[in-house]
Amino acid sequence: MDIFNLSMQAVLGQLLLGLVNGSFYAMLSLGLAVIFGLLRVVNFAHGAVFMMGSMLAWIGLTQLDLSYWIMIIVAPLLTGLVGIAIEKGLLKRLYGLDPLYGLLLTFGVTLLLEGFFRSFYGVSGMSYNVPDSLQGAVDLGFMILPYYRGWVVLASLTVCFGTWFLIEKTKIGALLRAGTENPKLVQAFGVNFPLLVTLTYGFGVALAAFAGVLAAPIIQISPLMGSNLIITIFAIVVIGGMGSIMGSILTGLSLGLLEAFVKVIYPEASSTVVFFVMVLVLLLRPAGLFGKEA
Amino acid sequence: MNRNRMQYIIGALLLLALVLPYVAYPIFLMKILCFALFSSAFNLLLGYTGLLSFGHAAFLGTGGYICGYVIRNLGYPPELGILAGVSCSMVLGLVMGGLAIRRQGIYFAMITMALGQLAYFFFLEAPFTGGEDGMQGIPRGRLLGLIDLQSDITMYYVVLFVTVASVLFIARVTTSPFGKVLFAIKENEPRAISLGYKVDRFKLLAFVLSGALAGLAGSLQALMLGFESLSDPHWTTSGLVILITLVGGVGTLIGPIVGGVIIVVLEQKVGDIGTWLYHLTSIEWFNTLGESVSIVTGLIFVICVMSFRKGIIGELQDRWKSP
Amino acid sequence: MKMKKVALAVMMLTLSAQALSQANKEPLKIGFITDMSGLYADIDGKGGIEAFQMAIDDFGGSVLGRKIELITADHQNKPDIAAGKAREWIDQQGVNIIFGGSNSGTALATAKVTDEKKRLYINNGAGSSALTNEQCSPYTVHYTYDTIALSNVTAKAVMEQGFKSWYFLTADYAFGQQLQKDAARVVEAGGGKVVGASKHPLSASDFSSFLLQAQNSGAQVLGLANAGGDTINSVKAAAEFGINKKMKIAGLLVFLTDVNSIGVKNAQGLSVAIPWYWNQDEEARTFAGRFIRIMKRMPTMNQAGDYSSMMTYLKSVKAAGTDDPDKVLTEMRKMKINDMFTKGGYLRKDGTMMHDFYLYEVRKPEEVKQPWDYYKLMKKVPADQAFNPLSESKCAFINK
Repeated sequence: MDIFNLSMQAVLGQLLLGLVNGSFYAMLSLGLAVIFGLLRVVNFAHGAVFMMGSMLAWIGLTQLDLSYWIMIIVAPLLTGLVGIAIEKGLLKRLYGLDPLYGLLLTFGVTLLLEGFFRSFYGVSGMSYNVPDSLQGAVDLGFMILPYYRGWVVLASLTVCFGTWFLIEKTKIGALLRAGTENPKLVQAFGVNFPLLVTLTYGFGVALAAFAGVLAAPIIQISPLMGSNLIITIFAIVVIGGMGSIMGSILTGLSLGLLEAFVKVIYPEASSTVVFFVMVLVLLLRPAGLFGKEA
Repeated sequence: MNRNRMQYIIGALLLLALVLPYVAYPIFLMKILCFALFSSAFNLLLGYTGLLSFGHAAFLGTGGYICGYVIRNLGYPPELGILAGVSCSMVLGLVMGGLAIRRQGIYFAMITMALGQLAYFFFLEAPFTGGEDGMQGIPRGRLLGLIDLQSDITMYYVVLFVTVASVLFIARVTTSPFGKVLFAIKENEPRAISLGYKVDRFKLLAFVLSGALAGLAGSLQALMLGFESLSDPHWTTSGLVILITLVGGVGTLIGPIVGGVIIVVLEQKVGDIGTWLYHLTSIEWFNTLGESVSIVTGLIFVICVMSFRKGIIGELQDRWKSP
Repeated sequence: MKMKKVALAVMMLTLSAQALSQANKEPLKIGFITDMSGLYADIDGKGGIEAFQMAIDDFGGSVLGRKIELITADHQNKPDIAAGKAREWIDQQGVNIIFGGSNSGTALATAKVTDEKKRLYINNGAGSSALTNEQCSPYTVHYTYDTIALSNVTAKAVMEQGFKSWYFLTADYAFGQQLQKDAARVVEAGGGKVVGASKHPLSASDFSSFLLQAQNSGAQVLGLANAGGDTINSVKAAAEFGINKKMKIAGLLVFLTDVNSIGVKNAQGLSVAIPWYWNQDEEARTFAGRFIRIMKRMPTMNQAGDYSSMMTYLKSVKAAGTDDPDKVLTEMRKMKINDMFTKGGYLRKDGTMMHDFYLYEVRKPEEVKQPWDYYKLMKKVPADQAFNPLSESKCAFINK
C-alpha cells in the first residue's frame, strides 16, 4: 500500500521513531502541566532541568563511574532537590504577582543553568553509550528497532500514566487539586500546603530530569539541548490544555506521531508544525483540546 | 522636580551620543542604537499597553531581511529598503496582532511565541535569506541619492537621527489621547471596555506601531552591518528584548535605551570583565566567563525579577518622586 | 639621596627609550576565528590556536622586528559573529590578516569582509569550494582542502568499487550543500545516480529518521555530506539501526578525531581523503609528537594546515619586507611549499593551494597497532587530479 507515493514500510518506520520522540514529549509536557496546573507557574526552566538530568548522567558515568541504572534514580533526585531550592528561594516570593514574572524568573534560571554547564563543557555534543543490558536491536522487517528505544517508550508510558493516576485518582492528588482552588481551606484541614507545593515543583522537575537520563544515549548531550525543546513543550501543553495532565500526555504522544508523518512529506517543517497546530487550537478551542477553563 | 532631572539625563545622553563615534567603535555604537530602538518599540507594547509579546524577534528579522533583499537583490536605494522593511513589518504586525489579540495574558504571549516561531521557520527555509549562512553583502549606497553611507561615522549619525526621531515619536504617542487609552487598557481593561472604547482596535494599532518600529530597527541594523542572519528572528532575541526592557524599566521612556546600552555593552565586554576578575582572584573559572554571557544575563534577569522589577529608570523615577 | 635620584633618572630614560622604540614597532597582529566550543571544536578549535602558536614560536616569535601577536575568537558557527569580529579587528586593531577555521558559512562571510577591506584571508578549516569559485577573491587563500578535492578523491574511489546509486545526508548550510553538489557531479559524471537526499540542521541531535529515509530509498551508498559531530553521530546511528549492513557508508569529510569518537569498530572500512596524516612520514610524526604532548590528541589535517599556512605567511612577510596584503600575496604566489604538511605545494591564481591528496581507509580493529594509527594508505592522488583545472573555475577573475 502506498501513501503519498511512499511505501508503508517507510511510513511505519518513521511513525515508530515518532512514538519514541512522542514519549519524551509526553513526559516533559507532563512535568510542565503538573507545575502549571497546580502552581500556576509557567516553568521555563523545564528544558534546562531536562538537560541537567542528561548532564548529571553523563558526569556520573564518565567522572564517577556510576552506571546508567544508578544515575536514572540519582539524577532526578538531585535535580529535584535543585528544583526545591529554586521554588523555596525564589518562586515562592512571586506567587502574588502576575504569572508572567514566574515565567521571566524561570527564564533567567534557564540562562543560569545553561551558562553554568556551558562554561565547563562547551556546546559540542557529548555521547553517552547505551547501557550494556539494553544493547542490541530487533528486526521488525520494515526497520531495525534498537532495544533501547523500546525501553524508552515503555519507561515513559509507565511514568506518565503513573503520575496521571497519582494526581487524578489518589488522595494526595485530590489534596493538590483542591489546594489550587482554595489553599486556605486545605490548610485549615491541617495540610501543610506550601510544603506540598514545593514538593510538587520538585517532582515536576525530577520528571524532566528523568526524561533527560532516558534521552542521554539517544541524543547528543549538550548544555543547549533543552533550549530548543522547551518551546515545543510549551506548545504541547498549551494545545493539550494548560491544566490537563492527560491532555499533555496524549498531545505529546500525538505530536511525536504527527512530526514523524510530516518528516516523510516535508521534513524541514517537522519541528515547526506544532506551532501551526498551536495557533489553530488557540483560535478555535482556546482552553486547549482537553482543557477545563473557558 | 524629577522631570527636570530626567531632562538633564536625556540631554547629557544626547550630547554624549553626538561625540561618541569619534572615540568608540561606530559599529558597536550603532548596534546599541538599533537595540535601543527595538526595545523602545517593544516597550510601547509591554510598558504602555500591558501586552507581553514573546515573538517580537520576528519583526527584527523581517525588517532586516526585507530591507536587505530590496537593496541587495533588487538594487533599490537604502531609503526604499528601509521603507520596505517597515511596511512588511506593519503587515506582519497586523497578522500577528490580529491573531494574538483574541486571547489575554499568558495565552497572548504563547500565541506570539508560536507565530514568532513560524516566522523563524519562514526565514530559515526561504531561499532569499540564505538560511544558516545568512544574507550577506548588503551595500550601503547613498541615502536619498545625497548622503554616502559608506563612512561609518556618517552612517552613525543617520542611525542616531532615526533612533532619536523614533523615540520622540513614541513619546508623542504615549502622551497623546491615543496613548492614554492604551494606558487605561493596561491598567484596567474591563473598565476601558465599559467606557465604550473598542479596546481590540487600540491593541491592534499598538501592536502594528510596535512592530513597525521594531522592523525599522531591523532594517537599520541590516543596512549598517551589511548582513542579516538567523540570530535576529530567533526566539532568544525575543527573550533578550524582554530582559533589556525589564532592566531598563518597563513603561519608562528611556528605560529601554538604558537597558539596551547595558546589555549590549555587557555582551561585548563580559569577556574582558571575566579576565579582570581572574587576575583579581586567580580563579581559573573566571577566564571562561567570557564564553558564558548566559550566566551573567541569567543572573541579571533573576535579580531584576526578584527585587528590581521597576528597572533602573523605574527605580530612579520612584526615588525622585517628592514624598 | 643623590644616588637614588640618579638611579631614578636612568630608569626613566631607559623606560622612555624603550617606550619610544616600542611605539615605532607595533606588534604584528594576526587574527584567528574558528569554532572553539561547538561541533567542530575538535577538528580545529583550540588545537588550531596551539598549531599557529607553534609555528609562530618556531619562526622566532617576531618578524621584521615586530612581535607577532595572535588574537583569537570563537564564532560559535554563526556567520554574523565571524564577520563582525573580522570587521572589528580590521577597523579597530589594524589586523591585516585573518586565518579562518571551520564552518564554510562563517568562512564565506569573513571572506566577504576581507575582500571588501582588501586584507588577507587564509582558510584551513572550511570546505566549500565556493571560496575559490563563485565567491572568490584575490585576497582569499584556501589552504588545506575543499569540497571538490574531497569529491574527486572519495566519491570517485567509492564509485570505482562499483557502488553507483547514492543517497546523501547533508548538513543544511553552505558546506553540506556545496559538498553534495560537488559529489553529485562526480557521481553523475561516473555514470552513477543520485537517488535522493535528506537535509539535516547543523548539529542535529537525532539522525534516526533521516537514516530511515535513506534506507528506504534503496540506494547503495549513503553519502555523508557533513562533518565533525554530525558525521560522528550519523555513523553511530547508522550502526545502531543496522543501516551499515544494508548500505555502503561514504564519509565525504572525515577527520581523525571523528574516527576516534566513533570507534574503529563502527568506522572500519570508511574511505578517507586527506592531504595529511600524522603517520605519513618522519616530519609529520615529529610535529604530531609535539602537538599531542600539549593537546593530548593527535593533530588533524586542519591543525597541520594551520601550522604550515602560518609558516608560509610569515616567510612571505619576511620576503616582502612588509605585511601589506598585496605584497605578501605576491611573495606567497612565488613560493614552493615544502614542509611537514606537503611537498611541492603552490598557490594558484584562484586562491587554491595546490597539493597532493591521499586516499586512506580506516583499519579493522585488529589491524590497529598503536594508538591513533587508524588509517592505512590506499593510494596517492596528485594535485592536478584532486582539484579541478582552472578552465572549469567559476571564479569571476579567472577565464575572463
